[in-house]
Amino acid sequence: MAIDGPTIAEVLRQQGISRRGFLKFCATTASLMALPPSMVPAIAAALQHARRPSVIWLSFQECTGCTESLTRSHSPSIEGLILEQISLDYHHTLQAASGTAAEAAREAAMRENAGKYLLVVDGSIPLGNAGFSTIAGISNLDMLKETAAGAAAVIAVGTCAAYGGIPAAQPNPTGAVPVSAIIKDKPVLNVPGCPPIPVVITGVLAHFLTFGSLPELDALGRPKAFYGESIHDRCYRRPFYDQGKFAETFDDEGARKGWCLFKLGCKGPVTYNACATTKWNQGVSFPIQSGHGCIGCSEPGFWDAGPFYKALSMPIGPAKAAIGAAAVAGLAAGAAVALRNRSAKKSAQAAHQKVTIDDLEKSK
Amino acid sequence: MHLVHAIASIRAVEDALKIRVPPNAELIRNLMIGAQYIHDHVMHFYHLHALDWVDVVSALKADPKATSALAQSLSKYARSSPGYFADVQAKLKKQVDSGQLGLFRNGYWGHPAYKLPPEANLMAVAHYLDALAWQRDVVALHTILGGKNPHPNFVVGGTPIAISIWPDHPGRGKGPHYRGGQGGTALDVTGLQRIQEVITSMQAFTDQVYVPDTLAIAGFYKDWFKQGEGLGNFMTFGDLPSSGINDPSGFFFPRGAILDRDLSKVHEVDLNADDQVQEFIAHSWYDYAGGKAKGLHPYEGETKLNYSGPKPPFEHLPVEQAYSWLKSPRWKGKAMEVGPLARVLMLYATGHKPTQELVGMVLKKLDVPVQALFSTLGRTAARTLETKLLADAMQGWYDQLVANIKAGDVRTFNEEKWEPSTWPKSSRGVGFMEAPRGGLAHWVVIEDEKIANYQCVVPSTWNAGPRDPDGQAGAYEAALKGHALHDPQQPIEVLRTIHSFDPCIACAVHLTDEEGETFEVKTI
Repeated sequence: MAIDGPTIAEVLRQQGISRRGFLKFCATTASLMALPPSMVPAIAAALQHARRPSVIWLSFQECTGCTESLTRSHSPSIEGLILEQISLDYHHTLQAASGTAAEAAREAAMRENAGKYLLVVDGSIPLGNAGFSTIAGISNLDMLKETAAGAAAVIAVGTCAAYGGIPAAQPNPTGAVPVSAIIKDKPVLNVPGCPPIPVVITGVLAHFLTFGSLPELDALGRPKAFYGESIHDRCYRRPFYDQGKFAETFDDEGARKGWCLFKLGCKGPVTYNACATTKWNQGVSFPIQSGHGCIGCSEPGFWDAGPFYKALSMPIGPAKAAIGAAAVAGLAAGAAVALRNRSAKKSAQAAHQKVTIDDLEKSK
Repeated sequence: MHLVHAIASIRAVEDALKIRVPPNAELIRNLMIGAQYIHDHVMHFYHLHALDWVDVVSALKADPKATSALAQSLSKYARSSPGYFADVQAKLKKQVDSGQLGLFRNGYWGHPAYKLPPEANLMAVAHYLDALAWQRDVVALHTILGGKNPHPNFVVGGTPIAISIWPDHPGRGKGPHYRGGQGGTALDVTGLQRIQEVITSMQAFTDQVYVPDTLAIAGFYKDWFKQGEGLGNFMTFGDLPSSGINDPSGFFFPRGAILDRDLSKVHEVDLNADDQVQEFIAHSWYDYAGGKAKGLHPYEGETKLNYSGPKPPFEHLPVEQAYSWLKSPRWKGKAMEVGPLARVLMLYATGHKPTQELVGMVLKKLDVPVQALFSTLGRTAARTLETKLLADAMQGWYDQLVANIKAGDVRTFNEEKWEPSTWPKSSRGVGFMEAPRGGLAHWVVIEDEKIANYQCVVPSTWNAGPRDPDGQAGAYEAALKGHALHDPQQPIEVLRTIHSFDPCIACAVHLTDEEGETFEVKTI
């Protein structure tokens, strides 16, 4: 019966969204996915004829931040595209049903859409003990395996599902692992971030709906369209970095003028995400624009990668600042940070064919 | 990190290291906390609780014209025309006809416990969708001041957002080089205006949609003002300071405890006293070095996992043994309820005039006595009322921030103790806040520049925690006592009461009927 649902174009019309508004969405989607404008008609045609695919969303060891992020999606709207473009047949927090009725909805969706539904997972899976996290008496591991078995593809939303995240922080008391550690027999797409940018979650879904396939991924399973460039390379404060102008504290003259936050620990140079380009919440701002360095929340291992406020490595500029920082940290600690930075850069290089942190390298 | 835990954690460190934040940082934090409440409460009401009272499918039978007349009799909200409701109904019909109900699948539609006429159901469904669009826009306040939402950024010592406004520009050739101010950070003149627009939008939605809907729906469910009472013990830690976090007399939400529904006496709460807040684990999957019966103050708290429940998959948990990952926090040995009802009662009991007037208005309008507050719907109504109080308070914090900037005060950060080398060898502190769900506190012990112990006691452990060693139930369990179920296979009554607490967890509730048949209900 799922097959008989209305097409997206019909749904959009029901919502009073005009043809023009629809095409605008297609154009936005194309630009978000770094596709040429010539692809807009193809996207529009695909969206018009697509049926509403069933989506099952499972939440394991997580904080519901990823779900909250989903609800913040625009372009054109969460209520239009997420609640009506797809059929969200199971979602703990948002669905009306509870208890037995909720589980029955999941099982029915799996049955009716076998082999065709999308499985979205947020949260990590505890392997330490099956009792560490259960839903309706079912362990997270069992529920993931059972639900993934009939899924067309699995999307791991958020850093916990993609890389283990905060629950996996040392000493990882629950033995938390990411989805990709469990699901090996079908594509697992990682959409990391704590949480991911709302429009990136929607954009990945839109790609699947449009092309019926998953977008091109990097070595860490992330869609290149959103995670292909570093925050640093697209940051509006980058010119100040190049000029050696840095905020020294959170409310000094430089901070107020929007100078580079590198010395306050910004991880933008080693973080690959779309924050500096799409920005957050309808383009209002992103962490750096609001005065806080990037904490690298979409990178594997960010939770154990050292202090958020410790500068990555020696910045371009007066040498005394770097010496001061090293004195505070102690030489041994400074060396350890540098080592970690090098390994972070190495893994970033491994994940991306095109590495664009030349400036960092230059500064060493 | 979630706003509430971010605030509690930075306050814990600030308490331990005796860091005072600048007035602007206090105002910016208050604006962000206030915005969190208003956003969370509206979403809780429409997207996580409304469908316990609103029958979505019944809305198909509504007459859009009559719905419009109903809506216009309640509020001046603009989206109230017959055409608007006809459109919403058509969308809903298409969805139902398609056979793909999505999020509405398997709801208890048609259950006799639903009492609203079709027109009220249709109005509520329309506002469910409106609220979804509204909430996406008003998070802009967090995005400007914290860089993103969810999980805006904060910093120990103040706020990370620097103020990119130079109102006292000394003119060309004087003073330092001012070029490049506008757009330096998101908090420039444009950002400030956007914040004002968000505040105005929050006030309008609360006054025109959320408050009238709560009253209208409650009017059809007055019997729910007589059940779901719970413990009768209430506690607040207090929040939204006006003269520093160490001066509770300046808090918008006062601190205190109310026992046995006695509003004439507010007891003092001390979060540092080791005999006041304690956590027990008699029925939790943890071990304490001192044994299962002991209670520990969070500074001495332990978190050693010991899962002793059945191996999944399981149908039931043995409630006479350990049955929860939550601990059982107690105040002076008593189980306490925290949350909106506790806060509204505290404001009421301490003589806060706007609260007393608002509560009086609601009681009069619904024609119920003051005891009606101690109930499932009392809890839900309290959440609406405090949203109204906060929406009005937001403007004051904003105006003060603008006045400070105008007067040349642009400090937002105190860097005195930024370097760990300036810290004492050992220190400890508590960071508390009133999260939308209730009193939240983090306790930190710092030794040699490192965390030696860290314990969070969160609102849902106060409300949802299991029984303590004396067998005392927590607020959820107490509130469920005596609920009559129309159909145990469709226990919507349980959802109403559990959801009235705004649970942050997916929790299992077990029901046992007189014949001993048990049912399990997962509530989210």
